[in-house]
Amino acid sequence: MAEILRYEHVDIAYNGISAVQDVSFSLREGEILGIAGESGSGKSTLIRAAMGLLVPNGLVTRGDIRYKGKNLPDLPEKELRRLNGREIGMIFQSAGSSFCPIRTVGAQLYESMTEHEKLSREEFRSHATALLGKLGFPDGRRILESYPFELSGGMQQRVGIAAAILLNPSVLLADEPTSALDVSAQKQVVEEMLLVRKTFGTAIILVTHNIGVIRAMADRVLVMKDGRVVESGETRQVLEHPRADYTRTLMSAVPRLRRA
Amino acid sequence: MRRYVAKRLIQLIPVLLGITFLSFAMMRIAGSDAITELYGDKGAVAQEIIDARRAELGLDQPFLKQYVSWLGGLLRGDMGTSYVSGKDVFQTFISKLPATLLLTALSILVTVVISIPLGVLAAVNHDRLIDYALRVLSFIGNSLPNFFVALLLMQLLAIRWKLLPVLSNGTGIRSAVMPTLTLAIAMSAKYMRQVRATVLEELNREYVAGAKARGVRDRVILWKSVLKSAMLTIITLLALSVGSLLGGTAIIESIFMWDGVGKLAVDAITLRDYPLIQAYVIWMAIIYVMVNLVTDLLYHALDPRIRLGVSRE
Amino acid sequence: MSEPTVRIQKVRRNTLKIRLIVFGALAAGLLIGSIFSDYLTPYDPYLQDLMNTKAAPSAEHLLGTDRYGRDMLSRVIVGSRASIFSTLLLVAIITVTGTVIGLFCGWHGKWIDTVLMRISDMFLAFPGLVFALAVAGVLGGGLHNAIIALAAISWPKYARIARSQTLAQKETLWLKAAKLSGSSTGKIVLKHILPNIIGPILVTSMLDIGTMMMELAGLSFLGLGAKPPTAEWGSMMSDTRSLLTTAPWVTLAPGLAIFVSVMIFNLLGDTVRDWADPKMRGR
Repeated sequence: MAEILRYEHVDIAYNGISAVQDVSFSLREGEILGIAGESGSGKSTLIRAAMGLLVPNGLVTRGDIRYKGKNLPDLPEKELRRLNGREIGMIFQSAGSSFCPIRTVGAQLYESMTEHEKLSREEFRSHATALLGKLGFPDGRRILESYPFELSGGMQQRVGIAAAILLNPSVLLADEPTSALDVSAQKQVVEEMLLVRKTFGTAIILVTHNIGVIRAMADRVLVMKDGRVVESGETRQVLEHPRADYTRTLMSAVPRLRRA
Repeated sequence: MRRYVAKRLIQLIPVLLGITFLSFAMMRIAGSDAITELYGDKGAVAQEIIDARRAELGLDQPFLKQYVSWLGGLLRGDMGTSYVSGKDVFQTFISKLPATLLLTALSILVTVVISIPLGVLAAVNHDRLIDYALRVLSFIGNSLPNFFVALLLMQLLAIRWKLLPVLSNGTGIRSAVMPTLTLAIAMSAKYMRQVRATVLEELNREYVAGAKARGVRDRVILWKSVLKSAMLTIITLLALSVGSLLGGTAIIESIFMWDGVGKLAVDAITLRDYPLIQAYVIWMAIIYVMVNLVTDLLYHALDPRIRLGVSRE
Repeated sequence: MSEPTVRIQKVRRNTLKIRLIVFGALAAGLLIGSIFSDYLTPYDPYLQDLMNTKAAPSAEHLLGTDRYGRDMLSRVIVGSRASIFSTLLLVAIITVTGTVIGLFCGWHGKWIDTVLMRISDMFLAFPGLVFALAVAGVLGGGLHNAIIALAAISWPKYARIARSQTLAQKETLWLKAAKLSGSSTGKIVLKHILPNIIGPILVTSMLDIGTMMMELAGLSFLGLGAKPPTAEWGSMMSDTRSLLTTAPWVTLAPGLAIFVSVMIFNLLGDTVRDWADPKMRGR
């Protein structure tokens, strides 16, 4: 499968303090890449860099992030915004807060769609409700007319997914999408993301500290510690036969459920 | 929502009682009352006459009784007569109030027109040159005493460059310029900082990153989401500024001879005209409390989170 | 594969320490200057020179001379003592009174808390200077009365801060432990609560110095504060108001002094606030 996103020797620093060092990896079409690590390992920073969300204090001080021939950190603001949403989408850890609290979800989704395409409100509404329907929301209209706080945590997260895939991007960056949820909602979100990959062929980078989610979803995984990649490879390989000491420690910390 | 309004209105009552009580007590604590002012305490008038007059005016009653009867008069619109002019205090006060309200309104208008755009500009250009320049200006404005600014403006605009009349001539536009500018400078300096801080806080919220991630342009994010959210807070902050404005008008009106209640109060204080001082204190407090109440209700009406009855996170 | 691109990052230097030292030194200088003001005057502030009245600022007289030929710079320097010290005294009174009341309310709670807080709410219902004006007016002039007036309306702010801080402290683990171990009330308050709440209170105090200085000078300007012969910047300005047309420097010089002092204290206050903010320290 063709490669669509590549990080080459990326260093990221916040106001002079290094957060990510010399990270390189590539993402292929339709692939789900997991990035595992503890909080502070730099994994969120890594993916936020691709969409220009490091401002005001962060900067990719070295290295390149290549997407379809473009070098993302050097793109002018205008071009980057054109890519955001349309080609690369992001799912936030707390999707509810990724929406403005005093405007309806529908208004904000319409706003993001019209930044990329011309379409009427009716067209948007049918597209959006159809999408929400596919994601398991039978009453999409009601969701669109709601304010973020009116939806439950799980619903917010799934609406976040809908917002990210509204324009069918080729890459989805998921920043701890399940961390704020209870177990059943987690399962739903995981299933939904797998469905997205299956239906649309979207490549996903999944950043999380939850090894179970990695195991359930990722084809390949990178393990990060203190801003560096300590191990990478196929998920099963890394999780069951870790080579780096840190990975081993990480795995041993995960409780294994045994069947009675 | 309606219940909230009712609740706030009821809460108003003890506050109003407190205001009137404090004002009344303050006058009595001064140790002076009408009689001492009239006759002095030099002994030129016989003590019996003094006592008789006191009894006539009900000033020999116990404190609380005096307060209650005074309060009754207050509710009827009777605030006594001026020691100096003999005229009805309430009437005198009401006649001068419009001038002060005009000045206050103009100052608020000028402040809003200056501060909000500049505050937003500073926030959006966070840490760049324009932000620093604006912060320095705001800082200087905060450190200038208002009477100093008044005199400075007077010296420059009226005396040296002869653009405006030195003292107010009625309540026309030309007379209003300097007092308004003086008040607006101090208020703007403070307010601009608050606007900047509020907008900056909003800009750092996750939903701004969310919108960026969905490809929305900065300008659209600013106008449609950030400013909408910030407006609520900005309006509330305005109410707080009104408070210091109401107090500040006294000095400014006095300097420029602007014929409002502030000047009335300062003159009354100089002449020890207690009923007038009392009226000033009470009315300014009531206006202040009302402004705060209205702002609070406005905030509750505008924020959909509160309007729809869900508790804020 | 080509060499990875390098981008230079502009690092925002943390100037906190420098600012603290510089502004602290300036403020200290101001204080020391006002203590030793008598020795710092280039001329005798009371010496009249009727040949040289109302002279504009020049090399000899940096701030000009007043209607009696007295050097304005010297008069301004002398006025610093009253202006600065009365402000500091005022702020000290407000801070201590407010903190004590707030602490008391937070610690004891119950009806005394409700009563005192209602009283403080009453004071807070008055806009800014309004009540202070009236109180100062009623008490008559004089710097001490102005201080009392301003203190009367300013303590509630500190009481509120102290109270909420105390309440927060009461919930902490170490306080509950101290209580359980049987420490006396006095000891708990002094050793455990006070040191922890003093931070935000002191920051607020520092930030208020500038405002209080302006309000005190304002009252003096209206004739409700310092009276002659006390040399104070606000009253100096109102005494010489009539000279605005002919010799504006006489009226404006003390104003400039107020401005500079307030600026220095505000700068220091802002820096102290930044220093106390955990986000800005250490980075």
